[in-house]
Amino acid sequence: MSAAAPLEVRDLTKRFPVGNALRRAHVHAVDDVSFELRPGTITALVGESGSGKSTVARLLARLYDPSEGAVLFEGSDVSRVRRRRDVLRYRSKVQIIFQDPFGSLNPVKTIRHHVERPLRIHRIVPRAQVEEHAHELLRTVGLVPAEEVAAKYPHELSGGQRQRVAIARALAVEPKVVLADEPTSMLDVSIRIGILNLMLKLKEEREIAFLYVTHDLASARYVADDILVMYAGQIVERGPVEQVLAEPLHPYTRLLLAAVPDPAKKAERIEPRKGLAAAAVDPPDGCRFLTRCPLAIDVCSRITPPLVEAQPAQSARCHVTAPST
Amino acid sequence: MTALVEETVVARTREATLLELRQLSVEYAVGDRPVRAVDGVDLEIRAGEIVGLAGESGCGKTTVANAVLQILRPPARVVGGSVLFRGEDLVGKSTEELRRFRWRNVSMVFQSAMNALNPVMRVGDQFADMMRAHERISKRRALAAAADLLELVGIDRRRLRAYPHELSGGMRQRVIIAMALALEPELVILDEPTTALDVVVQREILQQVQDLQRKLRFAVLFITHDLSLLLEVAHRIAIMYAGELVETAPAERLAANAQHPYTQGLLQSFPPLGGPLTRLTGIPGSPPDLRDPPSGCRFHPRCPHCRPDDIVLYLRQTGERPLLREIEAGHQVACHLVAGGEE
Repeated sequence: MSAAAPLEVRDLTKRFPVGNALRRAHVHAVDDVSFELRPGTITALVGESGSGKSTVARLLARLYDPSEGAVLFEGSDVSRVRRRRDVLRYRSKVQIIFQDPFGSLNPVKTIRHHVERPLRIHRIVPRAQVEEHAHELLRTVGLVPAEEVAAKYPHELSGGQRQRVAIARALAVEPKVVLADEPTSMLDVSIRIGILNLMLKLKEEREIAFLYVTHDLASARYVADDILVMYAGQIVERGPVEQVLAEPLHPYTRLLLAAVPDPAKKAERIEPRKGLAAAAVDPPDGCRFLTRCPLAIDVCSRITPPLVEAQPAQSARCHVTAPST
Repeated sequence: MTALVEETVVARTREATLLELRQLSVEYAVGDRPVRAVDGVDLEIRAGEIVGLAGESGCGKTTVANAVLQILRPPARVVGGSVLFRGEDLVGKSTEELRRFRWRNVSMVFQSAMNALNPVMRVGDQFADMMRAHERISKRRALAAAADLLELVGIDRRRLRAYPHELSGGMRQRVIIAMALALEPELVILDEPTTALDVVVQREILQQVQDLQRKLRFAVLFITHDLSLLLEVAHRIAIMYAGELVETAPAERLAANAQHPYTQGLLQSFPPLGGPLTRLTGIPGSPPDLRDPPSGCRFHPRCPHCRPDDIVLYLRQTGERPLLREIEAGHQVACHLVAGGEE
């Protein structure tokens, strides 16, 4: 893909303070994360609960300030902009969709209200065209007849339909980047595929750059072009999704793959967990996957492995499978 | 390997029937028109068998589970049929009889059960409370038994002294499963036991349930919307749609030879991890409003095979309710498109 990246993340780090004045410590929720989102591509960010993947999405949405690093949007650092006008301008280009379609819509407002509001705030179309434009957005996300749906309240819609409303609302401002934070994990399996297909359609028709945060590798393979695997705040493997899932380098990616229910290959047993996937409090040097790793060697407990490109376009943080020279 | 599996299936069919639902119907009396959430469900679970019950949200799966335990609260009530446990009908039993029956004979792990623990009580005390409500047992012996149970589900026995917030979501879920096994029930109902957990924890818990089931030989009714899970863990699977059972079959057979268009749609809903990728369709539309269910086959508005081209078939699909028929030993389907078999 030759197009320039609208969003580039450089060495992003987020630490949350814990403890009290006497015992100050920091949870390293996101540690030294770099990647870029390109137009017309879907990048999957996968990992377990607590691995920091949602924190990355929230940092990009400007819901948190990063501790270190930069978020470059079309070349300029937006990670610390504070002026309302600048934040608004950024949010009109970068939108986020949350996991819970039951909590993200106001129960006492109609669907029309939700979709028209961003059109008015960001003055996307002249006032006279707001209504028609809102209907058009609802049609785009497959909510028809749009006029009828617009008059409904959130409780009258199913979970999948509500998530479509959330997507329509995000599209209202004609964003270049959409951050989808587990958009399907609260939906029925039979509804999920519809949302994934909608993302594929939007990526193709609107050249949107998607970040798809999920813990479901099979759905990542279905929609994404590239994949980032996160463990305890760090990216431990990255590359084209087919390549990474066919020949994973990092032992954690292999563990995730083995855990997915796959009727085709009948249960593969995994080792019960030792240690936590969650972000560590002031972690010592060394590999964070050490306690669960079947491949660990002596050096792993002393030196944090760097992200090394061990295969063309595929990198991993592992002393054993992706050694640095 | 295959021969061995088949032998155990045959052996299992000879096992006694543990639970039998006969034409079970449950209504919710809301508004002027009762909603029939479960409509004439027949289901059988034999001793030591894992039966999966799958369907979308709101199809009545959890209502079936609640009816088995007789914990339906108004406005829900059983309006027809029976729940036979070892031949005894549970519908209409007294509160005291049911109290003794629950936990000891049938126990249940609820959806988001990890939030079911009392946050201000130590895990061990919660075990002891439950056990002492059902058995004459000293607190010390109850705690010792609880410690063994925790170890059974892979949690350090010292965690008895922990409060729920000190445990992770997956650990709390395992505590609840351990509790459900405490009185050695013959049937354990798992209602979406892993839905709130991520894949690795889910896999750990499923493995543990399977290991325990092999060791302790209890029967399981496993309820979920994720058919891909059931294909792995269940011996037999029942598919529910809009309050009715539409297909039941042994798991391998369902995976290879699903007959109902709804089951086929569910199987088409999860992308594969390996092999070629094709654009999947899922199931268009959403489940019907049970206040006003569609006429005829309840799946017909979403069914890809229901078109007015073939007018005779179309009239049957939209006007006549299909009945569950056996098309092969152990495989039943309720669909006008599937011919043959006895009703």
